[in-house]
Amino acid sequence: MQPLLKQDFFELFRLSPGFALDAGELASRYRELQQVVHPDRYASASEQDRRLSMQNAAHVNEAYQTLRHPLSRARYLLELRGYITDQSAAMPEDFLMEQMSLREQLESVPMEAEPLAALMYLREDVQGKISDQEQAFAERLALDDNASALQIFNKMQFLYRLLEEFDSREEQLAG
Amino acid sequence: MALLQISEPGQSPLPHQSRRAAGIDLGTTNSLVATVRNGQAETLPDEQGRHLLPSVVRYRDDGSVNVGFEALQAAVDDAHNTIVSVKRLMGRGKQDLQHSGYHFTDDDRSVPRIHTAGGDVTAVEVSAEILKMLEQRARQQLGGALEGVVITVPAYFDDAQRQATKDAAKLAGLKVLRLLNEPTAAAVAYGLDQKDEGIYAIYDLGGGTFDVSILRFSRGVFEVMSTAGDSALGGDDLDRIISDWIMRQMGVEDDGDHRTRRYLMRAAKAAKEKLTSEPEVRLDVERPEGDCWHGVLTCEQLNTLIAELVNKTLAPCQRALRDAGLVKKDIQEVVMVGGSTRIPYIRDQVGQFFGCQPHVDIDPDRVVAIGAAIQADVLIGNKQNEDMLLLDVIPLSLGIETMGGLVEKIIPRNTTIPVSKAQDFTTYKDGQTALSVHIVQGERDLVGDCRSLARFELHGIPPMAAGAARIRVVYQVDADGLLSVTAREATTGVESHIDIKPSYGLSDDEVEHMLRDSISHAEDDVMMRKLREQQVEAARTLEAVTSALAADGRRLLDDKEYLLIEQAIDELQTVLQGDDIAAIKQACQAVEEAGSEFAQRRMDDSIRQALAGHKLDEFKT
Repeated sequence: MQPLLKQDFFELFRLSPGFALDAGELASRYRELQQVVHPDRYASASEQDRRLSMQNAAHVNEAYQTLRHPLSRARYLLELRGYITDQSAAMPEDFLMEQMSLREQLESVPMEAEPLAALMYLREDVQGKISDQEQAFAERLALDDNASALQIFNKMQFLYRLLEEFDSREEQLAG
Repeated sequence: MALLQISEPGQSPLPHQSRRAAGIDLGTTNSLVATVRNGQAETLPDEQGRHLLPSVVRYRDDGSVNVGFEALQAAVDDAHNTIVSVKRLMGRGKQDLQHSGYHFTDDDRSVPRIHTAGGDVTAVEVSAEILKMLEQRARQQLGGALEGVVITVPAYFDDAQRQATKDAAKLAGLKVLRLLNEPTAAAVAYGLDQKDEGIYAIYDLGGGTFDVSILRFSRGVFEVMSTAGDSALGGDDLDRIISDWIMRQMGVEDDGDHRTRRYLMRAAKAAKEKLTSEPEVRLDVERPEGDCWHGVLTCEQLNTLIAELVNKTLAPCQRALRDAGLVKKDIQEVVMVGGSTRIPYIRDQVGQFFGCQPHVDIDPDRVVAIGAAIQADVLIGNKQNEDMLLLDVIPLSLGIETMGGLVEKIIPRNTTIPVSKAQDFTTYKDGQTALSVHIVQGERDLVGDCRSLARFELHGIPPMAAGAARIRVVYQVDADGLLSVTAREATTGVESHIDIKPSYGLSDDEVEHMLRDSISHAEDDVMMRKLREQQVEAARTLEAVTSALAADGRRLLDDKEYLLIEQAIDELQTVLQGDDIAAIKQACQAVEEAGSEFAQRRMDDSIRQALAGHKLDEFKT
């Protein structure tokens, strides 16, 4: 077994590296690891051990957060394969048109008769698109078609950002 | 003298023995100390059987200090020398404290000093007096000094407020095992008592602070999902609203000395407490003229008066739910903490908000100290509740100031701690050897709208062409919620020296100075004390490395590595014969450095073993 700090996140949680992940299993492994490495277990140990424990626990926390969220997990998988993702990648025209349309629909939500319901409906639409992309991502990755996976990742990023805007709009509407 | 005690490093206590540890609730209005005895966590009373210690400190002109009930007597008449609710002043600057009514000294120092008959004191020193009193109580009843304490803080306390609490503990001679968030402490007390697994919401309305935390409790692990609150909103504000009302009814105004206010706050607090069990309360208030004013306050009136404030607490509840990604019906249990949550109206409102009946089984005044005692017991190594683990979060986002007074968030709020984030900087001038980073806490986009934490000045960057240096700055928030920063220039590997300039905190030198001052006159001189401390630390390091070497040295190290460590040990042993403080310190550091790779291997090894052990557990029923 490699030193903890040198293991990649999948190794750390003894999970096979791929986009598909059992959330329950991940959470379980995470808690198991923290039970062992957390500073609470070293509160009476030497200062050196306490410092090491903190580094280990921080690493485990980073690993967990990265693998937990689909977007960061996808980004990490690409990084493991040597791809650096870029916030400002060029996107296909039809995709951008679709994004603009979704944004316009978001803008007109407050004018609807039932804004919160309209927002929820729209959100489900975006959520569905995200699921489709994630499925495609998993497929491409499994086939080692990393270039396509990267392109799909860029779309996922866009869609998740849109979702964030939905959430802040919802917060505004809910008051 | 607790500073100079040596506890055996690396040895776990014999089965029939346990180490002395305690949990301390350092509250705005009242403080408590609790410990685990015979498997039970209990708060410790004073000689008169009172468990609560009023967080009141009075400074007399003869240099003596009163803490607790004795000081409380004087709170109205000797207001300037009797400090109440000092927690509200911790980690705060002068501009924050304009309305507190104390006499502050007129100087530029970032930490305000209160002018009293006994001298000028900081909030840290005042808090230390309270801690000392609790320490004494524990020492008397447990038959010896405490080896470690867990001190609770509001979850919403920022870095400056937490650091101030740690500084106070240092001044009081206490070893802090952990700073524990109050709602988490309450969850521990409640969860381990009821053994209910699930998702809890903790509504903690203390004297001066309000916290709401959402936690998941499962298989011994308490995981905080989110926390929100207001570190300047509490039961004191309820008292203020009531005393305002009384003043309006009486047709009086506060006097310059705030004597009237303090007196009425006391009456308001008493009235508030009575109304938890009676529908109305009669008020008899002494007027300055000598006669008595009579009035009546009903439950309904009270509810109307406090409605707005209570409503204010529901917004953080909403935010906590949102940040946790939950809705109200996901909450299985609601636990109320803090004396003010006894008020029926508050219980109703909170119960309505979460859609479930709040639990009030454990005394809301003691539950935090109890939880802290349980954790102290675990952390000190007394083998009860070994599986308990607390995964807490940072309550406020940490960011740095960038061009144009904007904030770049480095660590978002509700990130599980410990957490570590790295950032790369470069120089903008040829030969630049220093860099300054301004850290702030808060959720806003402008630096001015956030809370300034500190300026970290990085020195010792190797001089290079502008833009050539790659300085990796690592921000680390530990399990206490405290930030530390390290920096290393990547191309040369040179580590920068960091000078911390806290915006609202005491520097290490200032704390050292206070510590020295507090140790009374007839003590050894400073140098002797420093020598002894260094010797104690060296002895500890020696013992730890020697036993580690004996246990795992041959297995985990090759001959050359083993030899290097042995040499460093020999050097330290030699230097310890003399009294050269600097040499001892250096030799100590050398042993640590020589053994650092070894320490990592040992830790990885024990982690591996523990995990293997855990895997076996999975097959147990």
